[in-house]
Amino acid sequence: MSAREQILQRLRERRDGPVPEVPASLTTSMVRDWSAAEKLDRFQQLMESVHGEVHRTSATDWIDTLADVLEKRGARNLLIPRLHDIGAQILASDHPGLPELLHYDAPIEDWRPTLFNDVDAAVTSTRGAIAETGTLIVWPTADEPRLMSLVPPVHIAILEADQIFSTFQEAIALQNWASRMPTNALLVSGPSKTADIEQTLAYGVHGPKELIVIVVGAD
Amino acid sequence: MNQPSQHPHSVVQEFHPRAREALANPQIRANFRKAMDGLMTKRQTAFEGWELEALRDLGANIRQRALSKLPDLLEQLEANLTANGVQVHWANDGDEACQIIRDICVAREAKKVIKGKSMVSEEMELNHYLEAQGIEALESDLGEYIVQLAEETPSHIIMPAIHKNTTEISDLLHDKTGTERSHDVNYLTASARQQLREKFMQADVGVSGVNFAVAETGTLCLVENEGNGRMTTTAPACHIAVTGIEKVLEKLDDVPPLLALLTRSATGQHITTYFNMISRPRQPGEQDGPEAVHLVLVDNGRSSIYQDNELLETLRCIRCGACMNHCPVYTRVGGHTYGTTYPGPIGSILMPHLLGLDETQHMPTASSLCGACGEVCPVKIPIPDLLVRLRRESVDGDKLRVSEVRGHGVKRRRVESLAWLGWQWMHSRPQLYRLGTAVSARLRALVPQKLGAWTRYRSAPRLAPQTLHQMMQKRTPTAANTSQQPHREATR
Amino acid sequence: MTRETLRILYFYSGIAVDSTSTVLQTPEQVKIIMTDAIRVYPPKPRKVYFYGTCLIDLFYPDAGLAGVQLLEREGIEVVFPQNQTCCGQPAYTSGYHDEARAVAASQLGLFPDDWPIVVPSGSCGGMMRKHYPDLFRGTPQADSANAVAGRVWELTDFLLNVCHIKLDDLGEPTTVALHTSCSARREMGVADVGPRLLDQLKNVTRVEQARPEECCGFGGTFAVRHPEISGAMVTDKVESMITAGAPEFVTTDCGCLMNIAGCAEKAERPLTGQHILSFLWQRVSTPAPGNDDGAQS
Repeated sequence: MSAREQILQRLRERRDGPVPEVPASLTTSMVRDWSAAEKLDRFQQLMESVHGEVHRTSATDWIDTLADVLEKRGARNLLIPRLHDIGAQILASDHPGLPELLHYDAPIEDWRPTLFNDVDAAVTSTRGAIAETGTLIVWPTADEPRLMSLVPPVHIAILEADQIFSTFQEAIALQNWASRMPTNALLVSGPSKTADIEQTLAYGVHGPKELIVIVVGAD
Repeated sequence: MNQPSQHPHSVVQEFHPRAREALANPQIRANFRKAMDGLMTKRQTAFEGWELEALRDLGANIRQRALSKLPDLLEQLEANLTANGVQVHWANDGDEACQIIRDICVAREAKKVIKGKSMVSEEMELNHYLEAQGIEALESDLGEYIVQLAEETPSHIIMPAIHKNTTEISDLLHDKTGTERSHDVNYLTASARQQLREKFMQADVGVSGVNFAVAETGTLCLVENEGNGRMTTTAPACHIAVTGIEKVLEKLDDVPPLLALLTRSATGQHITTYFNMISRPRQPGEQDGPEAVHLVLVDNGRSSIYQDNELLETLRCIRCGACMNHCPVYTRVGGHTYGTTYPGPIGSILMPHLLGLDETQHMPTASSLCGACGEVCPVKIPIPDLLVRLRRESVDGDKLRVSEVRGHGVKRRRVESLAWLGWQWMHSRPQLYRLGTAVSARLRALVPQKLGAWTRYRSAPRLAPQTLHQMMQKRTPTAANTSQQPHREATR
Repeated sequence: MTRETLRILYFYSGIAVDSTSTVLQTPEQVKIIMTDAIRVYPPKPRKVYFYGTCLIDLFYPDAGLAGVQLLEREGIEVVFPQNQTCCGQPAYTSGYHDEARAVAASQLGLFPDDWPIVVPSGSCGGMMRKHYPDLFRGTPQADSANAVAGRVWELTDFLLNVCHIKLDDLGEPTTVALHTSCSARREMGVADVGPRLLDQLKNVTRVEQARPEECCGFGGTFAVRHPEISGAMVTDKVESMITAGAPEFVTTDCGCLMNIAGCAEKAERPLTGQHILSFLWQRVSTPAPGNDDGAQS
């Protein structure tokens, strides 16, 4: 008998008989009654409390903010999506303040050292945010691969102001996650951090040292 | 501090010496006290404004519901993961799980494994196993990395290096990696980042744990702050997740309440920096992520816990560590004193099933049954009741209930059993009890002032000149004092 | 600022119960997981059974007597069954359940009438209330054990919430720290009772030590099985009370009292203690120097 069969058999032939049923009709849902403005306030407050930076911008001036943020950090280049609308807008803007623009359009195996050592910042879209915890919802795609929001020292995330959910549960329900999960779905709340050395917080231990959220349509 | 021996029998014998050593070490005492005080405060703050009891009910309900359907959910998880392109393996014990991982590495000609935090892999002693096979296994969680460099084991399931202070860590990094000595935590962290980034680029295989495995969607969820978990599960060409069979959840909708409980209970965070949900290997057209993803489901004693309705509740655990943070015993002696993979209250109710009561007999007694652990448990595991259950099994103390845990009866001693039998004999005979206590009160001057372990730290208790029975019998105010009337016979 | 309240909705058989507004009427099936049902305090009875506990009987009878007197002061007739011995807890927590059951069985018949059973100890009260049903599950005494369990009250809780006791302080100004035993706090859920009783006493200043909810290290056989750990815990407890500025402490359980006061005495630290019932009785009764029922420390 395989280990699989042995384990399942042990679980099915319980000494105490079937586990008493837990009523399936007992379900719960966590409800928050927040207005759009309250959600944005709360998101910003919590994101900032974990060392994230939040900028409120309009649909027209967000690229100015992006350029600003990059210039302040002296970024030499910026990794952007090729197909997503934010990538298209950045390219179309031809903004003079932006550094060299790069695409993640080859398999990681072909350019791993460059990504790890030479990319200063990346900008990605988000699928919204969660007010309750100050969290970004990030679903990497072929256009915005998984390491894009992880390896460069600065991650800039673009958030549509009207895409802030109250709770994680609400996001799962309204976006119907259960019908098909992507290869990788992420909740991101601040830059990478650790407290493993005497409980002292240090940022950027493995992932980005900085997380900057540009909220579009928050004017 | 000494490291726990690999030999479990000495784990039992070494508990007292190690406890004494830890208690006498001001460094250990201060490190743990400070850390646990901070964690308790943070947890409390994190739940302010929440209906914590209702949320804990919900957490317990979700976990219990998953356990009530465990075999079905495991099959559903396997079917959905397989459909998603993830390969699922099953292991009866740690050795089988190690072999599965070795075989995957060998087939890929992998020589370098990078690891994210996984308590199950500690349980399996995976690192030693792989190294013996000539495969390098490097921990990437900063705390685990420190502990591995020091050739130690974690002293806390969430904060593995909590027993060390900055000076010790700085010295260690200097000696093992050549990092310049510094008290600047940012500098030490940055230096570890540099070293580990190289390792991530070179690693052939990433091994991670799993916090929740969602059957409904075939999704593996990982909770972390550092990003090493994301790195481990994304950068190498192959990702092997390893988890206990109890970690499965029925629905995606079950995740948010448990996540809310887990991070707040563990570190007082609203949420961790990353919550990483993996459902597939790299798909055509995707530029990164592992081309192969494996899940190893490890039993290692869990199915035997599963046999019993009471013990089953142990399996609700989501490994937050709050029971340790709130345990006055753990706080004073630290994790290494227990000598087992999982220390503290959860360790004391889990390890006896993994190693047998004979090899963990010190654990169920290493508690004052104060109940702090059960009070904070986010999934309401009745830890004190389970400790009593294991104490009962240690001495085979109940003829009406079967003892089921391996090694039960190990602590049954003739002298102690006789003493309790004598206690029973006296206390179930009221007249004899009254006579005995009255005589004791009369002869109280003869009570010795030294009573073994008790009087090492306390004066001996003093018997009162009369018992309450005597006082009450002499009193008149309460006419209905029933002393002289025969009682209705107890139902027997 | 944003509202912090989180509502959790329970759906049971299609009916939503909002946790913020409604006391949950827990259906039987839901009880598997739900919190212990909320306990409803009965009206003040005419009579109670007094279960003195073996530690009080032998070492602190004054505390037991003080409890009796406080009940009588409330106009309650106190019945002290002379055939009481021990609730069985020492054997139970040591794993000797056969012996615990035999002793507990000898106690089940002591309370034939339907009066409340009051216990001046969270620990023995917790044993009777919480563990008797488990101990006797599946035995012929199960019904009787459940009936006894359902009538058990921790005495200070009973005085405050059933008798609605009013304490007029006749004593000299003093400062005390309170240690609520872990079983009173967590098994009997009466952590708020001690502070509320002490705070009725106008000449008593109650100071709070660091980590008031932490165990004193007694734990029955734990204190002798793990003397070093227990010793470290009780030493910390003594020091925390002294640091808080208390020359004296009161506690709800005699195990804690024996442990904490014994440690302070052995270490010659300036801290004495007594059972909260002894303390309360002294505060409300006419001061009588040299009274036999006086406090022990």
